[in-house]
Amino acid sequence: MKTEASGLSNRKPETEAFFPRDRDWHPPAFAPGYKSSVLRSPRKALLSLDGTLSEITGPVFGHDILGELDDDLIRNFARPGESAVGPRIIVHGRVLDERGKGVPGALLEFWQANAGGRYRHKREGYVAALDPNFGGCGRTVTGADGSYSFRTIRPGPYPWPNGPNDWRPAHIHFSIFGHGFAQRLITQMYFEGDPLIWKCPIVRTIPDKAAIERLIAGLDMEATIPMDACAYKFDIVLRGRQSSLFENRLEGN
Amino acid sequence: MPQSSDRLKESASQTAGPYVHIGLMPNFSGIAGVFGTDLGAIMVDEKTRGERIDVKMRVFDGADQPLTDALVEIWQADADGFYNSPSEPRAVADPNFTGWGRLATDMTTGECVFRTIKPGRVPFGDGRLMAPHITVWIVARGINIGLHTRMYFGDETTANTEDPVLAMIEDRTRVPTLIAPRDGDIYTFDIHLQGEHETVFLDI
Ligand SMILES: [Fe+3]
Repeated sequence: MKTEASGLSNRKPETEAFFPRDRDWHPPAFAPGYKSSVLRSPRKALLSLDGTLSEITGPVFGHDILGELDDDLIRNFARPGESAVGPRIIVHGRVLDERGKGVPGALLEFWQANAGGRYRHKREGYVAALDPNFGGCGRTVTGADGSYSFRTIRPGPYPWPNGPNDWRPAHIHFSIFGHGFAQRLITQMYFEGDPLIWKCPIVRTIPDKAAIERLIAGLDMEATIPMDACAYKFDIVLRGRQSSLFENRLEGN
Repeated sequence: MPQSSDRLKESASQTAGPYVHIGLMPNFSGIAGVFGTDLGAIMVDEKTRGERIDVKMRVFDGADQPLTDALVEIWQADADGFYNSPSEPRAVADPNFTGWGRLATDMTTGECVFRTIKPGRVPFGDGRLMAPHITVWIVARGINIGLHTRMYFGDETTANTEDPVLAMIEDRTRVPTLIAPRDGDIYTFDIHLQGEHETVFLDI
């Protein structure tokens, strides 16, 4: 573990339990509009547990695991001198916790379809063409203030077998590793203005409109690179720890 | 309106979907050459302290079919009961053991096998020792929010009887859903997402 590189060195590691998860804000396990959830949803009550050491600890990933092109999906699978097809974009933002503090050293892994909406996967069945220069995976580790960015192409929407004619809005899948195993989270990022968002049965597993809106990245003209890449800003919030006010004051934040 | 706590809301979970392997295990999914190795695929080396064990897991749906598209992560203490984490306040864990593993269930059989070591005991919040256990997290298509559970060891009868978390399970007939039987060096942990044998999942 490289504490220095991940920006953790200037902070005392936190050992408190996390705030309880607001289960009404997240999608329920059983959401019949999304048919795959029907046979894959626990039906009994979860056992509530104050976090023990087994949940409040977690592995940490340093910047040393990253390769040079891990955060560049335009080039990390492309043949030398070539690049992936599609609208070039930068996705950037911060990983915060519920207290609004940046989470340094968080591992972000992302995957997506190509510009035509096709995944590079054995089980993919959509007729759209594969892009020989696009793999669809990338990763990065957040900096000292929780910030991150990566470069990719804007993925296409795609149809999927659920209802007779369901389409996924354009999206990027995100997996986030904070500092405690209880913070483990997988979610998806959507794009501002996409009319398919509000028709999607997977989006609609989330009961609260405000919670959905928080998964929609806004166009960010400030972060674009003229004549190169458009930009979207996407902040992610992980669970926060129940640190006391006294502790916060000592740290000066 | 009462005063607000001014806390941000956690980002809502969304399913990992059918193609989770592309992002988390690209080499396994056939996308070679982007990342050197898939993270979490190897947990032990020759210097890791502790008893070598295999943990075989399967995840069954409500029709008793094993999931062939799930991804399982595990997190556990080292042989002395310490976590390799900055948030571990008690001691420095075995530097040759990360304690973290990640595997996909096999696309045909639905099985995954973690090569690991048997963890030591870790204290509960009030200081009582918990039985040795492995923390398990499961995502897949159709799972809207990652499922947390724990695996206990079938040959730790006494420790399991004293375990404060197992003791919290009100329906005692469900306790065995968290206990993996041992056969030689292999523990088998079958996770049932629903039905008669539904595994006890945790809200932690
Ligand atoms: Fe997708």
